[in-house]
Amino acid sequence: MTAVLDAEELSKQYGRRRALQDCTLSIPPGHVVGLVGPNGAGKTTLLHLAVGLLQPTSGTIEVLGSRPAETPAQLGRVGFVAQETPTYAALSVADHLNFGAWLNPSFDATMAEHRIDELGLDPHQKAGHLSGGQRAQLALTLAIAKRPELLILDEPVAGLDPLARREFLQYLMESVAEHELSVILSSHLVADLERVCDYLVVLVASRLQLAGEVEGLLASHHRLSGPRRDADSMPSDQEVIEASHTERQSTIFVRSESPILDPAWTVEEVSLEDLVLAYMGRATDARGARRSSMRPVQ
Amino acid sequence: MNGGSVIEFHLDSRSGVSPYLQVVHQVRHALRLGLLREGDQLPTVKEVVARLAINPNTVLKAYKELEHAGLVAARPGIGTFVTRTLSDSTLAAHRPLRQQLQRWFGNARRAGLDDESIEALFRDCFRSTLDEGVA
Repeated sequence: MTAVLDAEELSKQYGRRRALQDCTLSIPPGHVVGLVGPNGAGKTTLLHLAVGLLQPTSGTIEVLGSRPAETPAQLGRVGFVAQETPTYAALSVADHLNFGAWLNPSFDATMAEHRIDELGLDPHQKAGHLSGGQRAQLALTLAIAKRPELLILDEPVAGLDPLARREFLQYLMESVAEHELSVILSSHLVADLERVCDYLVVLVASRLQLAGEVEGLLASHHRLSGPRRDADSMPSDQEVIEASHTERQSTIFVRSESPILDPAWTVEEVSLEDLVLAYMGRATDARGARRSSMRPVQ
Repeated sequence: MNGGSVIEFHLDSRSGVSPYLQVVHQVRHALRLGLLREGDQLPTVKEVVARLAINPNTVLKAYKELEHAGLVAARPGIGTFVTRTLSDSTLAAHRPLRQQLQRWFGNARRAGLDDESIEALFRDCFRSTLDEGVA
């Protein structure tokens, strides 16, 4: 099956600032993908490249097998909800639906009207008077009524209160179950995505750190704790992601496809949040190390 | 929302147990206690995800595992139905066993054991009977 997103050495530069560097990634269809990273990591850049709002500086990107926004047909297959779920403040809810139907040949107006009704929104209400949660639901309704194969959402729940956040994710997951669409959504908080995503992409400091199915990632990462031991002395099939030591004890976060058999270790399973934090920590350490190793040369 | 189904799932996000396993456990639990009986319909995947805001694959995986265990069967386009119950003939024995166990817990507490010691002793004993093949 064609990948929903296929990037090869993808880079984007703004002047001298590198927003995304050498990103090679292939995401299979049928997943809810969580794109996670701190603010400024390049998440929005990657998503904008995926919907054709930006052009790569170098490298290639394909979405559903063709270049983003290459043809009207390709545009129709991808839904996009930008950051802060923008709507037109002066237009009514009904205007938004009409507008959506006018712009998108495949627009499912019946479904959209039904959803607006379900949400209890007044069609004559101006979008500017809706609450943040209602605006987000309106934007999501429009994107889903377009009946895309892939839905891309940039930080959709960042500005929502816990209840609105939950309602938003409930409708999103219901739509995934009903229409079998693939979803890529970004967040700087992994907790928001823990239950919904089954594929994880971690981006830190404009570089891809980790990508894969959540289940496999959780099974192949372990937190080991035991008597102090140098991280360099670990077996070659255990990749050390992060290590911390006290005088007597070591805690080492490793990636290993085979089980940890060394009885000296207490082996703990890791959560999605542990995983993201470990990779973020490693990326930040690596930058620090690069900077300090460069200093004597300068 | 819960048209034909008789149970509702809930998730404990602090338990450390994966959501898919929590769904499996809740179905098995309901089967064991007789809350779910043969022929009952499980909530549809759409119903579950619309309630819990979780990934549909999580529910599918749980249902597949239950199907594999021979407890439920999926009827394409209709839903997933209970095919076997776990509340077998042992249900009648639950009551006296529970009373004995309660008495044992009472004795342990009177002997001065704290919660942690009681749990450790119980688990240890449970495990050693498994090893001996007594259970």
